Amino acid sequence: MHVAVYLPLLLSALAAPSARILTARCEPRAATWLLTASAVVLAAAGTTSLALLAATGLIRFPPLAALGHWSLQIAQRDDPAELSVAVVAGVLLVAATLAAALLLWRRVRALAANTMDAGHPPSSDGLIVVDDPAPEAFALPHLPGRPGRVIVSTGMLDVLDETERDVLLAHERAHLEHHHHLFLALAQVAAAANPLLRPLAQAVAYTIERWADERAASATGDRGRVARTVGKAALAARRNAVHLAISGLSVRRRAPRGPGPVPRRVAALLAPPTGGRAVPALITAAVLLTAVCSTAEAARDLHILLELAGA
Amino acid sequence: MDSDTRGPGSGRRRANGEREAEILATLQEAGRALTPGEVVEQLGDELTYSSVVTILSRMHAKKLLTRSQRGRAYAYTPVADEPGLAARRMQGVLDERPDREAVLMRFVDGLSDADEELLRQLLGPDPSRG
Repeated sequence: MHVAVYLPLLLSALAAPSARILTARCEPRAATWLLTASAVVLAAAGTTSLALLAATGLIRFPPLAALGHWSLQIAQRDDPAELSVAVVAGVLLVAATLAAALLLWRRVRALAANTMDAGHPPSSDGLIVVDDPAPEAFALPHLPGRPGRVIVSTGMLDVLDETERDVLLAHERAHLEHHHHLFLALAQVAAAANPLLRPLAQAVAYTIERWADERAASATGDRGRVARTVGKAALAARRNAVHLAISGLSVRRRAPRGPGPVPRRVAALLAPPTGGRAVPALITAAVLLTAVCSTAEAARDLHILLELAGA
Repeated sequence: MDSDTRGPGSGRRRANGEREAEILATLQEAGRALTPGEVVEQLGDELTYSSVVTILSRMHAKKLLTRSQRGRAYAYTPVADEPGLAARRMQGVLDERPDREAVLMRFVDGLSDADEELLRQLLGPDPSRG
């Protein structure tokens, strides 16, 4: 327990480099699965570790020890963790649980609030065209009782030709068909519980776009065409944003740090497709297995300690 | 109030709103600030100079137009152009609250200046017109 309990937390520190490697080396679909699985497993293992550490602190308190019929002497003599460590773990555990629950609650509410049906009856295939010159397009995930929707503005349709519109629709439908919002939501909740895992959630946000781009490429049979469509739509949206900035309306801007997602997507589409690489997948699996096993080991140790103390 | 700002004998009277809309359209088409004299010219002498001045200053008072001194006259420009109005409509649909944004899977996200440059390099000469 002395080492095993900390291992999942230490492994979380590998999130940033692994996110970079998986995004660059793996085909987008595999990368999305690996990144999401990593985020969920590491968050679960890390949170369990915090709970185990907090528990070692709790059993030292006489009232709680009496409640579980544990011997205070044994619990304190075996001393799996310093009391200060247990207290810190307890505080982190409460913070992690609250952060994850809060994010989940806000996302569910936002999703439910996004009912765009009013005033824009969708066509039979779930496409809603909004009469607006600002170039905009997005997919709105399905909910119980409401199918997924693709929303496109007339401004976006105007800048694209017929093939490019097919690319756009294939891209947005791929998001809905492959439940990309679930991957993103899982990774984001994991990152809320453990901020060290944020790079994994950011990587998932990118790889689901790449996944949808590649689906659109297979649907239309032309990766270069998809690259040009993404670029054209982004430049049109930017012209509009710049126009708005001039006319005094606020525009959200990211701090520039390396190329943004759109140029990276376009570059990836113009390059030859990434083949399936087994090595990063195997390494990820090994890391996750280590995290799970060490958490299980730590839990077993605590169980043994409690049995001893209870004897 | 000033129900007759037109020259005598024209016989046709139109609502103030209609004349304002006509002048607004003229200013939007011009794409630059116009003096009352230029507006009269653009309208093909449909309205007298004095009535155009009256309407322009009234629209300025309503904050529909901004004006800047040019020589001895003012030059007027519309405050909100078409894309500006459109953006406000789209915001109603999109809603700018970050949680709402987060549940949408957008086709393209914002570009920084460096991104735009990089994108143009990747795609070659002016893909936006292609």
